[in-house]
Amino acid sequence: MNYIDSSLKVVGTRPIRPDGVDKVTGRAVFAADTRASGMLWGKVLRSPHAHARIVSIDTTKAAALKGVFAVVSGVDFPEIASEEAFVGEGPMNFRDLSLNCMARDKVLYEGHALAAVAASTQAIADEALALIEVTYEVLPHVIDVEDAMAPGAPVLHADMFTSGVSPKPEKPSNIAKVVTFKKGDVEAGFKEADVIVEGSYTTQPVHQAYIEPHACLASYAPDGQVQIHTSTQGHFMVRAYTAKLLGISMSNIRVNPAEIGGGFGGKTLVYLEPVAVTLSRKSGRSVKMQMTREDVFRASGPTSGAAMTVKIGAKKDGTIVAAQQVLKFQAGAFPGSPIGPGCMCGFAMYDLPNVDVVGYDVVSNRPKVAAYRAPGAPITSFAVESLMDELAIKLGIDALTLREMNAAKNGTKTHYGPVHQNIGFTAVLDAVKSHPHWKSPLKEGHGRGLATGFWFNIGGESSAQVHVNEDGTVTAATGSPDIGGSRASIGMMVAEVLGVPATAVRTIVADTASIGFTFLTGGSRVTFATGMAATQAAEKVVEDLKRRAAQTWDIPVEAVEWKDGMAYPAGSNAGAFEPLDLAALALKAGRTGGPILAEVSVNAQGAGPGFGAHICDVSVDKETGHVKIERYTAIQDVGKAIHPSYVEGQIQGGAAQGIGWALSEEYIYNTKGQMENAGFLDYRVPVASDMPMIEAVLVEVPNPRHPFGARGVGEVPIIPPMAAIANAIRSATGLRMPDLPMSPPKIRAALDAAG
Amino acid sequence: MPTVVLSSGSAVQQFTAGQTEFEVEATTFRRLILELERRFPGLGKQVEESMAIAIDGEIFQDAYSAELKPGSEIYLIPKIGGG
Repeated sequence: MNYIDSSLKVVGTRPIRPDGVDKVTGRAVFAADTRASGMLWGKVLRSPHAHARIVSIDTTKAAALKGVFAVVSGVDFPEIASEEAFVGEGPMNFRDLSLNCMARDKVLYEGHALAAVAASTQAIADEALALIEVTYEVLPHVIDVEDAMAPGAPVLHADMFTSGVSPKPEKPSNIAKVVTFKKGDVEAGFKEADVIVEGSYTTQPVHQAYIEPHACLASYAPDGQVQIHTSTQGHFMVRAYTAKLLGISMSNIRVNPAEIGGGFGGKTLVYLEPVAVTLSRKSGRSVKMQMTREDVFRASGPTSGAAMTVKIGAKKDGTIVAAQQVLKFQAGAFPGSPIGPGCMCGFAMYDLPNVDVVGYDVVSNRPKVAAYRAPGAPITSFAVESLMDELAIKLGIDALTLREMNAAKNGTKTHYGPVHQNIGFTAVLDAVKSHPHWKSPLKEGHGRGLATGFWFNIGGESSAQVHVNEDGTVTAATGSPDIGGSRASIGMMVAEVLGVPATAVRTIVADTASIGFTFLTGGSRVTFATGMAATQAAEKVVEDLKRRAAQTWDIPVEAVEWKDGMAYPAGSNAGAFEPLDLAALALKAGRTGGPILAEVSVNAQGAGPGFGAHICDVSVDKETGHVKIERYTAIQDVGKAIHPSYVEGQIQGGAAQGIGWALSEEYIYNTKGQMENAGFLDYRVPVASDMPMIEAVLVEVPNPRHPFGARGVGEVPIIPPMAAIANAIRSATGLRMPDLPMSPPKIRAALDAAG
Repeated sequence: MPTVVLSSGSAVQQFTAGQTEFEVEATTFRRLILELERRFPGLGKQVEESMAIAIDGEIFQDAYSAELKPGSEIYLIPKIGGG
């Protein structure tokens, strides 16, 4: 059923968040809060070298230490064949994942796990780690993406030959894959152009910087049953990966998702769980593991850093006739950067006749990258949207007008094949034009930048149950960990269908043994896909309730209608009966067929893509190079905002992370390939005092493929900030900053160079 | 017959000896995969494991029953995840 044009009573309102009390009072149970009787503490020995062969590991002394119950290293993990999988949020090879969790013959980055212990206390575990004797043969390393591509670079994997090129290379290299996308004839397009602009850009790897480090509690029972409590964006993903990496049947693994303290894509892999299960199996005790913040930086995935070139050709009137881009994405120690979406997203906002994009997926001696909000899109868009600004300046056309002229619309065929349908990009640009921020005069010394962004959003597999409890209240259970307010949005959609207040529905996240398979929380999919499953489950419950009312009144079910949470006789011919509410029907459930519940599983298609545009005003302190965000407005097509406060929060959060990416976040490595700023004191994420008020403007162009018109919202807002800020700095100072982060030393250097 | 276009370029062209556009007799996504595997060994598996398809402009992921029509344009693109 479709409710897009219906009069809605719950969807679109702002009820108090259901997880709020637990979180602000400290009652919420995160993975690090979990305990078990006789629990041991697991700790990991990590490589101090960026690249080294493991000659030997001697764990004798560690194992002999009193209080140590298990020591494991690579030999304790099954050898896994090379096999591509798409269980998490991007392409992953099971063998690589196993090697990332526990190194075998080589360590590939500083922080790479190569042994682990389980001991009765954390202090004893630390002491045991210090007793493990490792002999390394240190190898040359490479950190930078372009250095890794250069001839003669240290090769990380002797069996990795670049795919996507013909003929197949004869020698291994660090380039895992080359992908290309072509539309039209780009050379002919550039010949038509009156104006051509080109630029080279770099971005740094940045961490998702979730506040809660990775943590888990694992228990391997003598009968082979495994229980895992963990912080994850996908407990079914944890089950699948752990089962595969350790050779355990999925039915023997039950994963309980704890409350999650942020993920942003970074919790779509496993790091600790297979290690904790192995330690538990060896020790016979439950094992708790948690990363320190330093571990998180050194051993878990940030998103890629990149080096890019872009070239755009346009007619004098601003019509773009050709666009070209080369992207080199750093993947970390194993292949799998978001190079595919990087290649697809940069130009997706525009209707372009001739496009040529080439992307390289490149390994180097850094932690394996993980997903981060709209993986690849913020990187590629920083380059494209910076160059669009240069094009506007060169043409003497307003930045918004240039984008309006070339904007993708319904029916626009993208350079990677699909045709945009039911998109709201022009509505977003209209909202920019009419917004007071865009119309306001610039203050003295300030600069203003505009940038846009696109993300696909996805659907996928989801399961949801709706139960009517014995008192008529409702429980909705799903398999989607709540990282962005989905318990609220799903409960509200269920309430809307049932005709009850939002407070009558309690939404929970069920474990892997308690609900059907659900793909992880990512790709901005949960309110869309899991919401679709929950909506359909609620509709089935309504049908069942109508049947039960008909049975109670002894009339045909067609003579019953459901309205405002109650069954009514449909018209006077149906009979004169007092309406039956949920409580009345639940009370008699035993006589009308038993418990009232429905479960629906879907593979949701038709996720509506999202578009956003950000306006940013900055001032630049020319003495210190400090950039201050003076005003920030983020405008986005959100389809239908189920709970507008959460949607605004997503947009503000994405913009805040983008501001950090733009201005201050970077990994700093020494000459040995060791990270020198593995902590929040030196890896600078924005804090509250750095941030302006971010005004979120919701544009609602309904997605007709969702019952309420929703489209994903969580990823688009991190895409435009870097270019919006770079363009604002260009406006304020005349300087084009092509390299992230645009930190004070870089701004100062650019000002000095400009004289 | 539906036309298949290898949008993600050379990453899958290794299976097709450089061919980037060809017709395939299939009425569903599943039949398409089987036919691709028959004609270009390895390509069907590659599509199934790590690619999405766009049928007449709309992206489908993992939907065997997605319908193909005569004249449908099918793009093979990298599977899309998220963060």
